Amino acid sequence: MTQRTAPSVRVQAEDFDPGREQALLTHGRRDIGALVSFVGLCRDEDGSLESLELEHYPGMAETEIGRVADQALDRWPLLGLAVIHRFGRIRVGERIVLVIAAARRRADAFAAAEFLMDYLKTRAPFWKKERRADGATGDWVEAKSEDESATERWG
Amino acid sequence: MKALYFAWVRERIGLAEEEIAPPGEVATVRQLIDWLSARGEGYAAAFANPATIRAAVDKSHAAPDAPIGAAREIAFFPPMTGG
Repeated sequence: MTQRTAPSVRVQAEDFDPGREQALLTHGRRDIGALVSFVGLCRDEDGSLESLELEHYPGMAETEIGRVADQALDRWPLLGLAVIHRFGRIRVGERIVLVIAAARRRADAFAAAEFLMDYLKTRAPFWKKERRADGATGDWVEAKSEDESATERWG
Repeated sequence: MKALYFAWVRERIGLAEEEIAPPGEVATVRQLIDWLSARGEGYAAAFANPATIRAAVDKSHAAPDAPIGAAREIAFFPPMTGG
């Protein structure tokens, strides 16, 4: 394993197909033994949420996700890594984020995917604003301290 | 330099971006926040609690004591809620 894996990072308004992204990552490969795919969805807490408006910092979002992806590649022997993060209006039940980590062994793929998600939550420049089912504009989602501590545990 | 504002920082200031020319003695992110806060009510409201403000200098996360001297673009925003 001499050639370093290049991560695929996309920031887009459109939805994505996790199955297709997995197939792209594994196409023609014989060395991948584990593929961990995480999909984050827009969740309704109490029946009143219609959608989230995801604001992002164009340019920095891609750069920062790329930086975190590079850190994951430094820490684990990954054979493939893909991250897609959406922005704009995302309705309840729709996909927001995708992380796919491929490795020889599952421990590395699981750890890298979790690391990526923990870091994306606290480092990637995205902000969520709620839109209520009754048409009212809700609040900005507040950062959670448990997300911060989840990031810190990686040292 | 260009200043960018996101999420409720943008809403309180009422601008997504603007060209700013702080005086030379404004040398760090924290000093720039203080200087911007004095520009009007919206700014004062946006920066009222500096602990809730994050900054990026030329698209990299920057601490309050980071220098801003050569920066082309400085962004201010709340703690991130991606993922």
